[in-house]
Amino acid sequence: MIGLSAYLTLAALVFSIGLFGVLTRRNAVGILLGIELMLNAVNINLVAFARFSGNVTGLVFTLFTIAITVAEVAVGLAIVIAIFRVRRTVEADRLDLLRG
Amino acid sequence: MTLETVGFWVVAVVLLASSLAVVLTPNLFHAVLYLAAALVATGVVFLLLDQPFLFAVQLLLYAGGVVTIVVFAIMLTERLVGERLVQTSRHLVNGAIVSAAVFVGIAGFLIRSPLDGARPAQSADVTAAIGRALFGPFAITLELLGVLLVVALLGALHFARSEE
Repeated sequence: MIGLSAYLTLAALVFSIGLFGVLTRRNAVGILLGIELMLNAVNINLVAFARFSGNVTGLVFTLFTIAITVAEVAVGLAIVIAIFRVRRTVEADRLDLLRG
Repeated sequence: MTLETVGFWVVAVVLLASSLAVVLTPNLFHAVLYLAAALVATGVVFLLLDQPFLFAVQLLLYAGGVVTIVVFAIMLTERLVGERLVQTSRHLVNGAIVSAAVFVGIAGFLIRSPLDGARPAQSADVTAAIGRALFGPFAITLELLGVLLVVALLGALHFARSEE
């Protein structure tokens, strides 16, 4: 029988991989993909805790997280496209318009 | 070895491999396709946890919606610049050290926590319970979420519209 800690460890691994992607990717779209992985790991945690505690609240919050993630991706990619029109690049290191 | 045990290990391997491919492959388009695989694998994890409704939502919103949006964004930016987007990585060692440290921190917390305990029996109709919770104690949150989605849609339209 697979216990709760196995699911939590799997989610922690996925979260760390997503964090690695966020830290190392130069491309803004690649950074967004890493954030997707991290949010996904959070969803696994929420569902696992909800299943093992028999409480439905975690499942409701998973639905909320998924919906918020979709909104975040839509706005984030729109910003990426808008920045791309102005700067002709989506490399995060070169997006330093606000540097003082 | 029960079916659930075999399924968990297969899904875990697929999920971890496709997640690693997302952050390591140099081709951004391939990274999105691997992300789709990782999202579907996450949906199967939900299925293993007896949540078929969340599996369906995951497929519809994540694997269907998010991946489509990202593919559109990549195609638009590639068309604008006229060259293929190859994404390189930087600070590989530092990133690996930081993320490994985060994982060790979480794992240490997990080891010290009393997490053993059998899985309780699933209540008969969990989808109905989710629906009752959504429109009962979480009704205001649900409405706020609808407002958020509208605002995000308008914001995305505003940012991405052409100048003329």
